[in-house]
Amino acid sequence: MVDFNLVPLLPEIFLAITAMGLLIVGAFHGNESTRAICWASAIGVVVTGFILLGLDWNERHVLNNMFVFDQFSGLMKVIILLGVLASLALSVRYIIQEGIERFEYPILLLFAGIGMMIMVSANNMLSLYMGLELQSLSLYVLAAIHRNSSKSAEAGIKYFILGALSSGLLLFGISLIYGFTGSVDFDVIGRSLMSVETIPQGVTFGLVLILAALAFKISAVPFHMWTPDVYQGAPTSVTAFFAMVPKIAAMGLLMRLLLDPFAAAFDQWMQIIYFVSLMSMIVGGFAALVQEDIKRLLAYSSIGNMGYALIGLVAGTAEGAGAVILYLFIYMIMTAGTFAVVMCMRRNGMAVYKISDLSGLSKNSPVLAYVLLVLMFSMSGIPPMAGFFGKLVVFNAAVDQGYYILATLGVITSVIAAYYYLRIVKVMFFDDAVDAFDKELPLARRVVMLFSVVFVLCFVFKPSPFMSMSLSAADSLFSNAAIMSAPAGDDAQSLEPAAG
Amino acid sequence: MFISGIAFIIFAIILLGSALMVITARNPVHSVLFLILAFFNSAGLFVLLGAEFVGMLMVIVYVGAVAVLFLFVVMMLDISFADLRKGAMQYVPLGLLLAVILLCEFIALYGAWEFAPNLGSNLSDPISVASEGTNARSIGLVVYTDYFLAFQIAGLVLFVAMIGAIVLTHRTRPGVLKQSVASQQRVNPDDVLEIRKVTTGTGI
Repeated sequence: MVDFNLVPLLPEIFLAITAMGLLIVGAFHGNESTRAICWASAIGVVVTGFILLGLDWNERHVLNNMFVFDQFSGLMKVIILLGVLASLALSVRYIIQEGIERFEYPILLLFAGIGMMIMVSANNMLSLYMGLELQSLSLYVLAAIHRNSSKSAEAGIKYFILGALSSGLLLFGISLIYGFTGSVDFDVIGRSLMSVETIPQGVTFGLVLILAALAFKISAVPFHMWTPDVYQGAPTSVTAFFAMVPKIAAMGLLMRLLLDPFAAAFDQWMQIIYFVSLMSMIVGGFAALVQEDIKRLLAYSSIGNMGYALIGLVAGTAEGAGAVILYLFIYMIMTAGTFAVVMCMRRNGMAVYKISDLSGLSKNSPVLAYVLLVLMFSMSGIPPMAGFFGKLVVFNAAVDQGYYILATLGVITSVIAAYYYLRIVKVMFFDDAVDAFDKELPLARRVVMLFSVVFVLCFVFKPSPFMSMSLSAADSLFSNAAIMSAPAGDDAQSLEPAAG
Repeated sequence: MFISGIAFIIFAIILLGSALMVITARNPVHSVLFLILAFFNSAGLFVLLGAEFVGMLMVIVYVGAVAVLFLFVVMMLDISFADLRKGAMQYVPLGLLLAVILLCEFIALYGAWEFAPNLGSNLSDPISVASEGTNARSIGLVVYTDYFLAFQIAGLVLFVAMIGAIVLTHRTRPGVLKQSVASQQRVNPDDVLEIRKVTTGTGI
């Protein structure tokens, strides 16, 4: 193998070694060391981030072209690591309060993170599948980690069975693609699809099956049924993780897959993504209206948000892809803050989840109420907040390509969604106060809330660095496609030694 | 050639038949036994393909370990599979309808299948057993080189599966008495023994 070079994999390797080392520490010290292991994992994630930033971000294909490191995967990995860091910070106190302080908890988070980093760097169906399974397997265990709660067990089993089904669909789809091209390498698939006049039906079938599986992973309609149950049943810290990070990784995977090897099949996948995006926005908007449980509400909200993010993908341009990255990043930060508040909803040491429990929060704990106010305004897309810009860039990308109907329906559903976000604000500020929540507010949770609120409020002053970063990352995805379609085709390989 | 053709047909028919029996047999133990038969026949198919190493792995791993484990689980768990099946029966008509539609679609797809124009050059060259010696050696040659990344991630996946199994099943029970030589040696007789005088005819 000519391209044996482990340098682009250093972040993953470091994180894997950290996780295994901490597992040994945990095995010797037992569950009392959970706290220390959580913080050590957080430090490990930060160090991984620095290693990642220290790498050369020029495009490189290594290990038999199975792994690609470029600006896109680099930026996605930074976002994923931030998400893992936030989840770790939010989890520490929560798992102790809930009595689920297993030292394996942070380790599984780290392994899920490694899986997600491999997913966004996959350049081969095989590495794609392996990364996806590594991530999913960790998530199944995390969903069921609260063993004394039947809801948590239900969430784990439901997620596992449906996840296994979607993996089966994915593999079936991949086998059809392989049947057409004779290879599972993204570059070869891309070249083969470029070389045919019309996309054969077999490829379309395979594409549909792969998209169904990935739509399951990002919980887009019509593969969203598992989301509310799993989000409600899993411990809140795990739900926060589910809502923030895995979707970003799956979305990154989807973007690379559709814009790079399947770029030639744009007409085929565009219709599917169009439908999925539209249905996700509508179902996410309407189903959330009647929810009483805040975790279920956030589940439907995340379904809707995936719909908005997919609009950028429908556009099929670098601007659209950049908009998706920016949207996901802003959504992740808002979600982190929101879940930090949800975790503070405890009375007499017991977690409560009803929206009515938030009644009169502005009188009992004004800080929490104002934090949630800012985040809800941002989620519903009210102008000066970051959430507005996320929606703006996505709709803009769609309008640029002439998808007026999709953009209009997106605006309409976001108005509908604004109702249930603002209902929470109404309950907090205008309803009669009920019993106060427990006063305890751990430092890590405060930091997450502060960071999230400051980001949401201050994004308006300096949006350009984020926009240019996401755009250049998206550009790298497209330059890759350009190299691939070049007649010689092996430019990526010949570039490799110079970059390495 | 003729004999291997007949062997293929025999293996394939028994494989399909036993796979069908796995899901239709009333007794779950019979299902597992049919599963073992299915594994044996698929191992036979691998041997016909010239992949005897994979065939042997099928027998050792699936029959020797996985299926026997299944058998243990099925025998130990007290689950009434008949009741489970009763609940699922109501979805059978709809499921069958969807399955038939899908089947028709895939048959149509099979009829109209197209290959990529450069399929021949895309396919990776089969490793010839004659030049590389044994089967295991030729698998090792690609697993540790071309598929290095996938192989390593597979290791991580198995590792996570192991952690997961321990997290979800291992629990420390408070009432369990374990041997601890040090604390047993340290016991002071005065703390655990009490000597009482018992007068005849009365209890303590």
